[in-house]
Amino acid sequence: MSNLNNQMVNKYRNDFLKEVEANVEEGDWVKMCMQCGVCAGSCPMGPYWDHPPQEIFMMIRAGKREEVLSSTSMWMCTSCYNCIARCPRELPITHIMHGLAHYGKRLGIAPKNQPTLKFSQKFWDNLMTNGRVNELKLGIALYFIDGFVQGIKNALAASGIGLGMFKAKRLDPMEILGGHSVKDKSGLKAMIKKAQEIEEARISGNQ
Amino acid sequence: MTDVVATNETILVVGGGVSGMTTALEAAEAGKQVILVEKRPYVGGRITQLHKYFPKLCFPTCGLEINQRRTKQNPNITVLTMAEVASLTGSEGDYSATIKISPRYVNENCTACGACEDAVEAEFDDEYNYGLSKHKGAYRAHRMAYPERYVIEPAMIGTADADKAKEACKFGAIDLDMQEETVELKVGAVVYATGWRPYDANKIQPYGYDRYQNVITSVEFERMNDPMGPTGGKILRPSDGKEAKDIAFIQCAGSRDRNYLKHCSRICCMASLKQTTYATDAGAKSTIYYIDIRAIDRFEDFYKKVQADENVTFIKSKVANITLDNETQNPVLQGVDTEGYNRYATPHELVVLAVGMEPSIDASTLPEGVSINEHGFIENDGTNGGIFAAGCASDALDVNRAVQSATACALKAIQVVNRVAGSEG
Repeated sequence: MSNLNNQMVNKYRNDFLKEVEANVEEGDWVKMCMQCGVCAGSCPMGPYWDHPPQEIFMMIRAGKREEVLSSTSMWMCTSCYNCIARCPRELPITHIMHGLAHYGKRLGIAPKNQPTLKFSQKFWDNLMTNGRVNELKLGIALYFIDGFVQGIKNALAASGIGLGMFKAKRLDPMEILGGHSVKDKSGLKAMIKKAQEIEEARISGNQ
Repeated sequence: MTDVVATNETILVVGGGVSGMTTALEAAEAGKQVILVEKRPYVGGRITQLHKYFPKLCFPTCGLEINQRRTKQNPNITVLTMAEVASLTGSEGDYSATIKISPRYVNENCTACGACEDAVEAEFDDEYNYGLSKHKGAYRAHRMAYPERYVIEPAMIGTADADKAKEACKFGAIDLDMQEETVELKVGAVVYATGWRPYDANKIQPYGYDRYQNVITSVEFERMNDPMGPTGGKILRPSDGKEAKDIAFIQCAGSRDRNYLKHCSRICCMASLKQTTYATDAGAKSTIYYIDIRAIDRFEDFYKKVQADENVTFIKSKVANITLDNETQNPVLQGVDTEGYNRYATPHELVVLAVGMEPSIDASTLPEGVSINEHGFIENDGTNGGIFAAGCASDALDVNRAVQSATACALKAIQVVNRVAGSEG
């Protein structure tokens, strides 16, 4: 367990709802849920979640901290926004799901081998290199996410698509060498660093 | 020409449903002059379209008959039907109202014999039955309609059908040259009892009321159960006319939802519980999908009684959406329940949407300065002067509470006209 996680456990003790309200994006909406179930029923990924949003909200109120933050459920969200559109109380459910996923990740208790989490990390690392997404490198990284042999198989399976994109000038093979970037790379990095410092300060202020 | 006498000691009641009738009767029986203006060709409003009242399961016709008799017998009440308030200006104790009266094409000679109805052929959607049936071009809205006079559809005028109706009438009651009239009135106080209308179920897109024949509204279901109604009291599936034996009720269809109506419509829980008794009587099973059942105070007993009925199942879940089984035309209800978070996709033969209540008139048609709340209902506050709101014009209420509110408004209106009388000596 990470140090931050222990600090949070000590700080909030049995009040997980309070912890969520203070630390999770849009977390103060959780208490507004009236348990009608429309979000769960409207979610296109619903059948594949361990706990639909409605259940997650109830688990938060019931103080099931470990079960919620280490759940794969929030990572299943595809941001289709169906739940937000239909929620009778206009809870920003999609944002809360992302907030919970992010908070679990920050505390180091998010599920380790969840594919969305792995992909999100690869996306972030890729983006931070040059300030622009290098689609070629990201695509290749994604092929090899489950090991070398599977990576070769994935690459071969998608070669037709790659060739088509190359012909349509949607894929530049030269991107493999460094790739394009923003004009002021160091400026961007400074900006992100500052943002991270502000967020760290906010979280530690909550400790 | 309609001859109406009014002074600024007269009370104008807008809307002749159960609330408007109550206000008018209470004020008239206290000796005040009252003019009751009703948009429909008959008084009684939406209670005339109910089969039974909750929680006693008695028939609304009973109270309606009493109220109609009180109205008929009281010389202090003038009833104007097919009439609407076109404008209202002035201040407490001194209002000027313009009333527009649409032509009925039938005068007071009518004996309600029905010869004109038999003579004509054209048919129109019957609004009284929410379009579930048709009525003839010459019609009486329902068997107890008061005033007991027929009506001719405006679209009939100038057709040979209308002439047939005129020829068939032995009493000279049909006047096809009748014109719209405008009446100017001076009144001292005004009570809006404009009532409610069912929320438009087409707006709740996930439930497919506009796409699936076997998804109907609670008000339509109520009409179906009337032995004099469009299906002769049988619960029939619109798709194939077969009797439905497995009926689902969806609560909060449009209510308590910021996408539709923000407020709780209050009556729908009890209305659906009541409607399960119709289903049980017809040998059908009911399933109620709900967020929470709001059966307040003494209604709890009724809720317990329905819970004890083995033909009724309760599922704590707001249905997320409805799909259709093409083969059976059964709507399939999709969702996740809150007691165990089980995902379901359950077909039912007939689905009844417990639609919410919204104010029947657009707030923009009310006189300037009348206080309107965020839900569109009239707020009874001091700044409204001599204008009051009774029954569902003021809030989503059941009949019992609407009548209480109407009685309170009668007293408020009487106080205003008494002040006028006092100052004029």
